[in-house]
Amino acid sequence: MLRLSAFRIAPRLARTYASPAAPNALVFLEHRNGVLDSSSLSALTAATQLGGQVTGLILSGPESSATAIENASKLKGLNKLIHSTADTYKSPVVEAVTPLLKQVLSDSTYTHVVSATSSFAKSLLPRVAALLDAPQISDITSVEHDASSNATTFTRPIYAGNAIATVKASSSIPIKFFTVRSTSFAAALSADVAEASLETLEPVSAGDVPTEHLKTSLTKSDRPELGTASRIVSGGRPLKDAKTFEDTLYPLADVLGAAVGASRAAVDAGYADNSLQVGQTGKVVAPELYMAFGISGAIQHLAGMKDSKLIVAVNKDPEAPIFQIADVGLVGDLYQVIPELTEKLKASK
Amino acid sequence: MRPTSARFLNILVPVKRAVDYAVKIRVNSQQTGVDLNVKHSMNPFDEIAVEEAVRIRERIKDEVKSIRAVTIGPSKSLDTLRTALAMGADSAIHVEVPESAPAPEPLGVAKTIRALVEKNKEIDLIILGKQAIDDDAGQTGQMLAGLLGWSQATFASKVDVDTKNNVVTVLREIDGGSEEIKCKLPLVITTDLRLNEPRYASLPNIMKAKKKPVEKLKPEDLGVDLTPMLETIKVAEPPKRVGGGKVESVEELVGKLKDAGFTAV
Repeated sequence: MLRLSAFRIAPRLARTYASPAAPNALVFLEHRNGVLDSSSLSALTAATQLGGQVTGLILSGPESSATAIENASKLKGLNKLIHSTADTYKSPVVEAVTPLLKQVLSDSTYTHVVSATSSFAKSLLPRVAALLDAPQISDITSVEHDASSNATTFTRPIYAGNAIATVKASSSIPIKFFTVRSTSFAAALSADVAEASLETLEPVSAGDVPTEHLKTSLTKSDRPELGTASRIVSGGRPLKDAKTFEDTLYPLADVLGAAVGASRAAVDAGYADNSLQVGQTGKVVAPELYMAFGISGAIQHLAGMKDSKLIVAVNKDPEAPIFQIADVGLVGDLYQVIPELTEKLKASK
Repeated sequence: MRPTSARFLNILVPVKRAVDYAVKIRVNSQQTGVDLNVKHSMNPFDEIAVEEAVRIRERIKDEVKSIRAVTIGPSKSLDTLRTALAMGADSAIHVEVPESAPAPEPLGVAKTIRALVEKNKEIDLIILGKQAIDDDAGQTGQMLAGLLGWSQATFASKVDVDTKNNVVTVLREIDGGSEEIKCKLPLVITTDLRLNEPRYASLPNIMKAKKKPVEKLKPEDLGVDLTPMLETIKVAEPPKRVGGGKVESVEELVGKLKDAGFTAV
């Protein structure tokens, strides 16, 4: 009797309160020669926290497509993988990729579009969002979706990480675009076998693309990648020149198996490559160990490393602001400290 | 189809008045935002954008017909426009919003600039900062390029304009290195820190800037609505990190590293 009445009421209820669709996130996955970027794996983790379906989108040139698809389809948390292969997707310009994303999203049930805060996604996502008249939430550090109100709440750092804003995208925003700060989310893991269903998508012609990719120059290094290294040795202005920077920091980095970072001052002075800059406008890192040599600790630098687990600072100036947040500080001349430290670490192995 | 003959460039530089980069900001007691009764100045990336516009004119002289700065903000933003004019912009547009209005979102700003471009049909190069140092969003330039359907070059560290062929070659900072792209005009560029070193405005130029024209508009004149789509629920202090004090010697430092489990590999 009771069940019958419920059964009779249910269709009417369904009409009045159509339950919002469960979240369906599209994650833009990036890779280099088929090897997925770890920041994309963190973006996937953030997407799974929405509590619904997760679809990956991977683009590649013909050479790396098989590897890329194989690696991506094994990712845990991915229900479906859409892939598209074309020469134009090898070193893509955003103008060539925008139409494809627009097409994927236009006939879609997607509720969220997610990516890492990588240089490519930072260029691409806002362009696509604007075309769909949607705002974007950049560099989020947490995400929470409320299925009943179909609203998503994010936290993100503002003012170089000196304030944390809690932002809500309500149900009035049908597709919610956001980029993910990779240091705030663990990387998604891989299963042994492919778990995601595959869908091939024909490349979408962008017509006469107004931008042409000429060349890419990547800084070669056998050290761990700065964004994901568990240990980082970082140097600032006192390191005089590029050669001194290398000769001083690299031996220590090698002993510790660490990546090398730099302050803006060191990069601007040409001691280190731009891609090594840590800070508000460079890379944001959160390693287990961050060692800052000759870095005073400007607001903009702290924005990029203050979530590190253990911060060690070596500076001549006992008043340097870096000492206020360093777990271990040493007042001294880095030219004496670093060689001695390198030796002692080797000896105590 | 755009004509392929050499053309005169009309450059638009959107600038933002932001809390000065050196200010240690404080979250207000109601947790609705940060205390804005502090020193403001032009967003550093926008200074670089103005500087680049002026340098492009210095490089290709007469081929740059105009450099116009625009800002969207309360009446105090006029100071920021004057700074841009003192650095070398010819004229400015101030889209004025009430002091009490919430800060416009990048999409609203992009729509406003698009409306200006549609009003001033001759604009063919827009240079913006890659991000504002207050909201750290890094979206406006890309959104604008998307709305206009123009080419975009983000995080530029070198810009080379060729008006004869209507192309601009841009070196961009990307993860792990750099990349070079060739863009057809019209184009939206966003600046990286390494693009240039902005000049200081000299006193005579600051005086001259006072006489340069500033057009005042309201968002409704342009038919744009700057109401934010996103709701800011709270602005809070980040968790405080307290230093752990100093050690006296390298010996001690090695000990501390060891205790934390960091040894040579």
